Amino acid sequence: MTGSPQPVLQQNNGGISIPPFLSALTRLIFTLALTFIGLLFVTFIIGRVVPIDPLLSIVGDRAPTDVVERVREELGLNLPLWRQFLIYAANVLQGDFGVSTLTANPVIVDIKRFFPATFELATVGIIIGILFGVPLGVIAATKQNRWPDQVVRIVSLAGYSAPVFWLGLIGLLLFYAKLDWVAGPGRLDVFYDDIVPVVTGVIIIDSVISGDWDVFRNAVSHLILPASLLGYFSLAYIARMTRGFMLEQLSQEYITTARVKGLSETRVVWRHAFGNVLIPLITVIALSYASLLEGSVLTETVFAWPGLGRYITNALFAADMNAVLGGTIVVGAVFVGLNLLSDMLYRLVDPRARRVS
Amino acid sequence: MKNTLSITLVALLLWSTSILAATPKDTLVQAWLFDDIITMDPQEMFEISTFEIHANVYDTLVIFDLDDTAKIVGVIAQSWEVGDDGKTYTFKIRDGIKFHSGNVLTAHDVEFSFRRMLQMDASPAFLLTDLGPSVDNMEDTVKAVDDNTFVLTVGDAFAPSFVLNVLTAANFSIVDKNEVLAHEKDGDMGNEWLKTNSAGSGPFILKSWKPNESISVVRFDDYWRGTPPLNRIVWRHIGESTTQRLLLEKGDVDIARNLPADQLDPLKENPELAITSTPQGTNYYLGLNVRNEYFAKEKVRQALKYLVDYDAMTQTFLRDTFVVNQTFLPYGFLGSVEDTPFGFDPAKAKALLTEAGYPDGISVTMDTRNTWPVMDMAQAIQATFKEGGVNLEILPADGKTTLTKYRARKHDIYIGRWGVDYFDPNSNAVFAANSDNSDEAKSKPLAWRNSWQDETLTGLAKGLVMEKDAAKRAAGYNDMIRQHWKRAPFVMMFQQVEAAAYNKNLQNFRLGPSADTNFYHTVSKQ
Repeated sequence: MTGSPQPVLQQNNGGISIPPFLSALTRLIFTLALTFIGLLFVTFIIGRVVPIDPLLSIVGDRAPTDVVERVREELGLNLPLWRQFLIYAANVLQGDFGVSTLTANPVIVDIKRFFPATFELATVGIIIGILFGVPLGVIAATKQNRWPDQVVRIVSLAGYSAPVFWLGLIGLLLFYAKLDWVAGPGRLDVFYDDIVPVVTGVIIIDSVISGDWDVFRNAVSHLILPASLLGYFSLAYIARMTRGFMLEQLSQEYITTARVKGLSETRVVWRHAFGNVLIPLITVIALSYASLLEGSVLTETVFAWPGLGRYITNALFAADMNAVLGGTIVVGAVFVGLNLLSDMLYRLVDPRARRVS
Repeated sequence: MKNTLSITLVALLLWSTSILAATPKDTLVQAWLFDDIITMDPQEMFEISTFEIHANVYDTLVIFDLDDTAKIVGVIAQSWEVGDDGKTYTFKIRDGIKFHSGNVLTAHDVEFSFRRMLQMDASPAFLLTDLGPSVDNMEDTVKAVDDNTFVLTVGDAFAPSFVLNVLTAANFSIVDKNEVLAHEKDGDMGNEWLKTNSAGSGPFILKSWKPNESISVVRFDDYWRGTPPLNRIVWRHIGESTTQRLLLEKGDVDIARNLPADQLDPLKENPELAITSTPQGTNYYLGLNVRNEYFAKEKVRQALKYLVDYDAMTQTFLRDTFVVNQTFLPYGFLGSVEDTPFGFDPAKAKALLTEAGYPDGISVTMDTRNTWPVMDMAQAIQATFKEGGVNLEILPADGKTTLTKYRARKHDIYIGRWGVDYFDPNSNAVFAANSDNSDEAKSKPLAWRNSWQDETLTGLAKGLVMEKDAAKRAAGYNDMIRQHWKRAPFVMMFQQVEAAAYNKNLQNFRLGPSADTNFYHTVSKQ
């Protein structure tokens, strides 16, 4: 990943008359194209060399030999690898990602269904992670080696090292089974299924659009526990990183200067030190968010959450390459998109980055 | 680690939960695993979970009696007779059966469905082609004579019980010809549409199938055996057994279908829940590849049969969900045998290995699917093999990976699970018969996968398919089992018992002996 904390200084290429933003755009498109072709190629090769016969998930284990061979031919799986790849790449360029053998749906349809579920979970999760992780990290840094720091350390270490499925089960036992504060596994109760028309696929947004507050409440009740869990997980990481960045800044001379000048401690910490921490922090948060958006297989399994992680994993284990490749492109696009987004945020928070561009 | 977790979970559960009746009275909700489903087209599907859905959405000509699996009863077929030549089966179709579309079911729909199976030539097509009919001869062999008469002509004078048993498979579900053809696309016989929709005459209509998420069916009011009490059934895919149990205890599902013994135990104490279990036509076994120099020797194969501690496993982690079965036939099948000649006997195994020329033992590998319960079985087997001087290396991998290797005959030992295709002993002759052991064989039964060819057993299996006398047929399979014990490269171990925990307010819920006999049209909730 290219999430370097320092803004990249761009050299203006002398007398050539291309406007700078156009050359930047061309470069961006070129990088993107290269990234995706590389991603596709590597995933494709991995998918074809795994020791799984993709026919198994298409015709099943019991199909007679002649059926297996006929289908293999129909799907072009007996062609040389490079030809299979070219055919696939040509289809993708036309927007055709093929059909998933596991679900019998076009991959696009599957992704439209699974990605919003993951997006919903990951977004609420990262918001929780930021809201709690950043302040905790700052507090830990300002009270270094005193009890608040120790508490934050324990909380975040626990969050980072406890197996997520175990935390999930404990959470379900406590908040769903015993206390009855939240709804159980799944995205909605059975009787709320298929009530709200699908617009974005994100139920909490769709239910707001259609004004169905019962569905909204039910969806939130289902969402809050797994999202908190993912939130806790990213909180742990964000808090640790924030603490590290803050400590580095707080030991700088300008902080001492600021204190000597008599600025209030709050202003020193939040305005001066924290302001300088923002750029690396944005990178950390963007990467955490991206990894949540890939989907968390274990969380999705425990909470019966139909998300992208489980989809890609199942597909991989069935050598359902269309689905794996489609999912990989989505994940790749997420990473690229978040990188661009954090680049833009750098410019927003750092005047130096604004100046060079 | 895992134990500590379980203990923590159990401790938390001991706070005890009370059941809240959260699901509506006319809706049945189940927690289930159905990630194997890849299509809902009856003439294309061959995955265990799909069979259960089809049993409730479609009807077949005949079905076996749930209480006596050797007995066949008519469903769509009012009656049938077998011609004097032993090849012509004439079925009288019941009057007044309606499809979900409102169309009346006739013999032409039966003809269409059977021919569709041949023309689509997908996984289940062999069920019919093994009987003789094919795309080339179906104009004569698969025929509706009039609206009420359907004639099936098979290729040989098979035992009628065999032919009828095959026809009970849910792949012979009768689809609505007009409805399916209305959705035909590029000559696909409606395949693309039927992958995700239904066109049946059963008590429920498929409403939605969201892979790995949920399946939902709704009541068909005009069902010919009477309107079912339930309005809707939802199967939710719940991958984690603890989650299934929590949902059941909270009342958010009515039935939990995939609970291992340690999750079932505490539920037995709960006065609001009940547990039902039925042995299934599914066997677990070790396949020994006779291409391996050790397993080429009969004595080594026999030695391994004495190195599995069958009872210890069924008394501990396999309790409630498995029973010992050392034959290739599930109990209750025609010709099945209940004897268990092999016990855990390391001394005897060592003696056999010494006789075979390996006094110092042997080292082999076992390809093992990395899921419950196969992985747990493998570890127990590894320990007991060791006591007999057999050093076993477990090669864990995903199911499809191990299966690919097994089908290519590249394993030493494969720990496998095999479910019957249809309720007839011939379905499991795949453990014994192999008529072509070459790499290019057209048919690749389990005996082939282990590179094993036994002329005697292959001949016996062929003959028994034709045997009309049921008693002689049963005796024949008894004989095959006894010979299988002596020579086969299969360590037959267990038969699966499916257990489900359910809320006591359910009436008439039971599990059938196969996935396509789990019926819900009489189930109701109080």
